Amino acid sequence: MTHFFSISRFYAMFLKEFIQAKRDRITFAMILGLPIIQLILFGYAINNDPHSLPTALVYTSNDPYTRAIVTALEVSDYYEFSHVGVSASEANDLMQKGEVSFIVTIPSDIATRIQRKDKPTLLVAADATDPAASSGAVSALKNLANEALARVNGEERAIALQRAQRLQIIVHRRYNPEGISQYNTVPGLLGVIMQITMVLMTALSLTRERERGTMENLLAMPANSAEIMLGKVTPYLCLGAVQMTIILGAGQLLFDVPFVGSLWLILFSTLIYVFSLVLLGYFFSTIAKSQMQAMQLMVLSLLPSILLSGFMFPFRGMPHWAQYIGECLPITHFIRIIRGVMLKGADLSQVGNELAILFVFVFVFSLMALSRSKRTLD
Amino acid sequence: MKSELVIDVRDLTKRFGNKTVVNQVAMQVRRGEIVGFLGPNGSGKTTSIRMMCGLLTANSGEGTVLGLDLMRDQLKIKREVGYMTQKFSFYDDLTIEENLAFVARLYKLKPLHTYVDKTLESLGLTSRRKQLAGSLSGGWKQRLALAACTMHKPKLLLLDEPTAGVDPKARREFWDEIHVLAAEGMTVLVSTHYMDEAERCHRISYIAYGNMLAQGTVEEVVASSGLHTLLVKGEDTDKVAHTLADHPDIDQVAPFGSTLHVVGPNEDKLKSAVDEICADYDLTVELGETTLEDVFIKFMSDSKDNMQ
Ligand SMILES: Nc1ncnc2c1ncn2[C@@H]1O[C@H](COP(=O)(O)OP(=O)(O)O)[C@@H](O)[C@H]1O
Ligand SMILES: [Mg+2]
Repeated sequence: MTHFFSISRFYAMFLKEFIQAKRDRITFAMILGLPIIQLILFGYAINNDPHSLPTALVYTSNDPYTRAIVTALEVSDYYEFSHVGVSASEANDLMQKGEVSFIVTIPSDIATRIQRKDKPTLLVAADATDPAASSGAVSALKNLANEALARVNGEERAIALQRAQRLQIIVHRRYNPEGISQYNTVPGLLGVIMQITMVLMTALSLTRERERGTMENLLAMPANSAEIMLGKVTPYLCLGAVQMTIILGAGQLLFDVPFVGSLWLILFSTLIYVFSLVLLGYFFSTIAKSQMQAMQLMVLSLLPSILLSGFMFPFRGMPHWAQYIGECLPITHFIRIIRGVMLKGADLSQVGNELAILFVFVFVFSLMALSRSKRTLD
Repeated sequence: MKSELVIDVRDLTKRFGNKTVVNQVAMQVRRGEIVGFLGPNGSGKTTSIRMMCGLLTANSGEGTVLGLDLMRDQLKIKREVGYMTQKFSFYDDLTIEENLAFVARLYKLKPLHTYVDKTLESLGLTSRRKQLAGSLSGGWKQRLALAACTMHKPKLLLLDEPTAGVDPKARREFWDEIHVLAAEGMTVLVSTHYMDEAERCHRISYIAYGNMLAQGTVEEVVASSGLHTLLVKGEDTDKVAHTLADHPDIDQVAPFGSTLHVVGPNEDKLKSAVDEICADYDLTVELGETTLEDVFIKFMSDSKDNMQ
């Protein structure tokens, strides 16, 4: 009787957990509030149009073109030239210390090039660990410099715009060659936020029963391990869907994240991803002795998920051992799927492999949790 | 035909680490009986009950519960018995009704709402069904827990200190309910550390520090202890109390108002010792009845001596 899975006992567990989760204000605040807070926090980092970023300006010659560009840049509010006229090595040092986000270098031959009607160049080094900032700043630089040059030559604005094609800006993204943009961040953030909330919620589920003393009674009643496990994790699939809607909706509203691929594919992959997370959390709760331990396990799993999944650093740029660890995390595969589908319009055939790996996680985590589930208090 | 013995276990032993918490305990409970399981705190009552309802695996032991093998059929036993835990272990953040519905669903009781409504009605909680269980008083929580663990009509009910921390009126009502359940054919094993509750049981088992020390009706347990009691009455009882307690033939001296209960194992020696000490004072000595409490105190001091 109890050896087989019973839908009605599963439903009893599901309903109980669902009511409890719904009634727990902290859970609710966390599930709804955390994505919003995170998005707003990350929103500053991925602001499309950041202003007043500290910049070092390197120039050596003192010709009228250089002076015009310097003046124009200084009065603009786009860059804040905190260090003007420093040497190249000083500028490098400043960037390494994090005191400037950009180094703009005006080559000494700019005057000769302009007079020779050659293509003048400006060099921009961007600290791309703060990646979103660079693209807007670079295009602003182009306009500012061109207008300045136009004024020196006494040209009209229209002609200056034509010349804009000619001014070349060479950008070096430092520290982060892949140059993750805000479009990459929001889908990744979806993965990270869900990893935090879903694993935490379920990691507490059994330890909470144990600490409240309700575990003994639950074990004394006829539900079996699979019914308890699924009954306890499935309510969070619904909450995960709510979270996903919030994050993707806000990503679209606040940051105009493109939405190229199939919405259904995104929904489905997110569901499988959340399923693997809640089972991972549940597995933690079968091994944790207290809520404190459950939290620690959750944090332990969170760190590699943020660092080694390709969310923070480009996956292919990591050393091999780190890539191997990354491959063992559901979030790595989820981020690949979601970036592929959302941003590049990948279809099922293209993300099928990654999706299959998520299913493997679901399967493996269930088995791990079930093998740790006890039917007695021993 | 099932045996008349609903619980029939022997040599039940449980160790936690190298500490033996239950030591070769035997217990027999007949169908329809209310058996009291008495003993001081930490003596192994909860552990024994958990082993008998399939929640803990005994290190050794044999026997049957409801005709099912104690060691092999743990899961089946668990489903067949009703077990009420010592600490309230339903969900504080679910309403009374939701708790009952949860249990009814797990036991697949159908139709669900009939079961839940009936239980609420018999509890007298129909109008408070939407109240959170956590907001109930101790006495009500215990009644709710009892109702919840008897909803599936188990043949054997194991109650672990159901009346601890409950006021006397609620305690009495609780015992009335236990008797109603027994009259309906349920067999009940109930642990307690209140002596007076022993009187409400058909038979009692007394456990101390993991050892089962006595079983039987209250009268049998008192008689088997071999203790005798004298009552010393008068103005000067407090003057002799110390001298009496120090006498080798006297086990216990307990004042009850102006009366001293003097207890010892040998009737003749007890009498001569008391007469000798009380001769110089204005005191009367008469034969008294040994109480269960006297017996338990002897058991406790004996088993403490054994432990040392
Ligand atoms: N899970 C456990 N691990 C270690 N010791 C335990 C455990 N459960 C109970 N004990 C110990 O076993 C002894 C008996 O406990 P218990 O059966 O709860 O006694 P009672 O119910 O009679 O008060 C106590 O000393 C208690 O500390
Ligand atoms: Mg106990």
